[in-house]
Amino acid sequence: MTVHADYRLSQLDELEAESLHIFREVAAEFEKPVLMFSGGKDSIVMMRLAEKAFFPAKIPFPVLQVDTGFDFPEVLECRDSWVSRLGVRLIVASVEEAMASGVVVDDGKTSRNRLQTGTLLHAIEQEGFTAAFGGGRRDEEKARAKERVYSHRDEFGQWDPKNQRPELWSLYNGRIHAGEHMRIFPLSNWTELDIWDYIGQENILIPNIYFSHRRRVFARDGMLLTESEFNPLRPGEVAEERTVRFRTVGDLTLTGCVESSAATIPEIIDEISVAVLTERGATRGDDRFSEAAMEDRKREGYF
Amino acid sequence: MVMDLLRFATAGSVDDGKSTLIGRLLLDSKSIFADQLAAVQATSNARGYDYTDLALLTDGLRSEREQGITIDVAYRYFATPNRKFIIADTPGHVQYTRNMVTGASTADLGLVLVDARQGLTEQSRRHAVILSLLRVPHLVLCVNKMDLVEFSQERFNEIHQEFTSFATKLSIPDLTVVPISALQGDNVVNRSDHMPWYEGPSLLHHLENVHVASDRDLVDTRFPVQYVVRPKSDDYHDYRGYAGRVAGGILKPGDEVLVLPSGMTSTIAGIDLFNGELDEAFPPMSVTVRLEDDVDVSRGDMICRPQNAPVPSQDIDAMVCWMSTTPLRPRQKLSIKHTTRTARTLIKDVLYRLDVNSLHRDLETKELTLNEIGRVQLRTTVPLLCDPYEKNRTTGSFILIDEATGVTLGAGMIN
Repeated sequence: MTVHADYRLSQLDELEAESLHIFREVAAEFEKPVLMFSGGKDSIVMMRLAEKAFFPAKIPFPVLQVDTGFDFPEVLECRDSWVSRLGVRLIVASVEEAMASGVVVDDGKTSRNRLQTGTLLHAIEQEGFTAAFGGGRRDEEKARAKERVYSHRDEFGQWDPKNQRPELWSLYNGRIHAGEHMRIFPLSNWTELDIWDYIGQENILIPNIYFSHRRRVFARDGMLLTESEFNPLRPGEVAEERTVRFRTVGDLTLTGCVESSAATIPEIIDEISVAVLTERGATRGDDRFSEAAMEDRKREGYF
Repeated sequence: MVMDLLRFATAGSVDDGKSTLIGRLLLDSKSIFADQLAAVQATSNARGYDYTDLALLTDGLRSEREQGITIDVAYRYFATPNRKFIIADTPGHVQYTRNMVTGASTADLGLVLVDARQGLTEQSRRHAVILSLLRVPHLVLCVNKMDLVEFSQERFNEIHQEFTSFATKLSIPDLTVVPISALQGDNVVNRSDHMPWYEGPSLLHHLENVHVASDRDLVDTRFPVQYVVRPKSDDYHDYRGYAGRVAGGILKPGDEVLVLPSGMTSTIAGIDLFNGELDEAFPPMSVTVRLEDDVDVSRGDMICRPQNAPVPSQDIDAMVCWMSTTPLRPRQKLSIKHTTRTARTLIKDVLYRLDVNSLHRDLETKELTLNEIGRVQLRTTVPLLCDPYEKNRTTGSFILIDEATGVTLGAGMIN
């Protein structure tokens, strides 16, 4: 904590204070919260904030991961390390199991990312969660720019962007009916740069694929994708080893990496400070389908 | 030098050049990425516009893009080396007053735009009234489109004076007036060569330097208890901490404190943050406070000082902004959330409806409809531990919730 002589907080400390307040409000007012934990950098920052909000007590709710079956092993490893250090209960909702039991239908055209939505909603309903923390940030995408910190979901898990509750001061309204739930976004006011600054400041563990490494990759749709058994090469595609890192981590069949030599957090911060593409625009195939791709997925109940 | 945070609210319609101004601040501070700009250029081309419409950057939802208007509060982020900015970008029309109120509720600074050709309009007056009602401590009036009035000092002075005389009816502790051209960039980031007669700072320079830390109350200690931390572990067997966000004053270990509503007194044993104990805590820090004595404290209680405490009251007099299509009327029963305390409330009376354009008080109408603001008297089931909103924006504010639907119906500022 950096405190100025004239009682000013650094912007990072102020963001942290706001997020801790949100975590405590939810823990106090909701019967069954859960934290959606992907093992990506944003959800790791959420874990850190939850750890701080309830210290020295343990985090008073479980964490939920939606396993696409196409997750990076390095990310799952990092997830497990966080879960065991904090002693929280991990619930894994598997897209493959959801497909096998008919909860979601794989028509061969829908990406695993999209199938996550049905799997997630099913898990929330099964466990009876009333609030689900997500790592979404308003700077990520323009539909998110208008989303509330407390974002209401109806009994179908849907978001109604035109009918959002007004959200004033730091007075959050957590009223829901049976079968409904609230998505909670404690990182709403954080930017990508803030996330990295905070990871640097807190010196916390993140998956090593965020740092520069050698990897066999191939080009598809203007992105560099990782070579993998889940992602067979199409005719004309050639895999070769390059020095890369990932700016976001998701379904590995859709998440591209960027050529980068940034091997430390300060180097990543330098790289982002001069980046010309948003992290989603650069490396997420799932956001590219239309101008309103994120808004449409969010309406259906995506993260 | 540590980077701090400024939250500011803008209001206005596309015609005022608000979106152009925000677009320029984002563009010039390199906060717009190439893919965002490319998407906006593609849409502008597809619609046959002659120029890239920067307003498309800020209009996020599909329905808004289709209608070409901003209907909700959108939050934007940019940073310069010493400060991060959060913009609450709100629509300007009267039918979106509630969105403006929402955006202003968290703002340190409000930005009002006027078109130099038109001067003050009903809309710009209304924006200033709302910022003043929400006690936004700093106001910047941007006289835009100076290029279209030949950068005339005389025109600028006219508008400046007209606004200053109007502002005497409002509560605006700090007013700055800047002549700009958002389209051409005059006085937005850099001082303009076109207006050598203007001796003040550029808009961005002002935003970067306006002092906001002193707006917080560092005298009157207010700590609404959010959550009781009880680890029940071997290492922290008897630990009992009260977590919350400091709403006012400076808390220090050793301070004698009063807990409301019980009226018990104790002493602060320690203030915990994850990384260790603190010597002091002040707004807006989130901390955990431990007390020397085993007093009964729970969520909804307030820790303050024995000689400086809010008076618990069940009768509340407040300015309310109504946000629902179903009107507010006397005898209605609602839920009220104030700090960390939730209660039921009865609307006793609507004293008057305030015309936010003229400041006229309409004493005849005994109801508030969507987007209207008025003075309301309420009775609550339990005492609220509140201060006047003008003294403390946290302990002086509340929201009203529909008991059946759970929807937020209104927002109140206590008199």
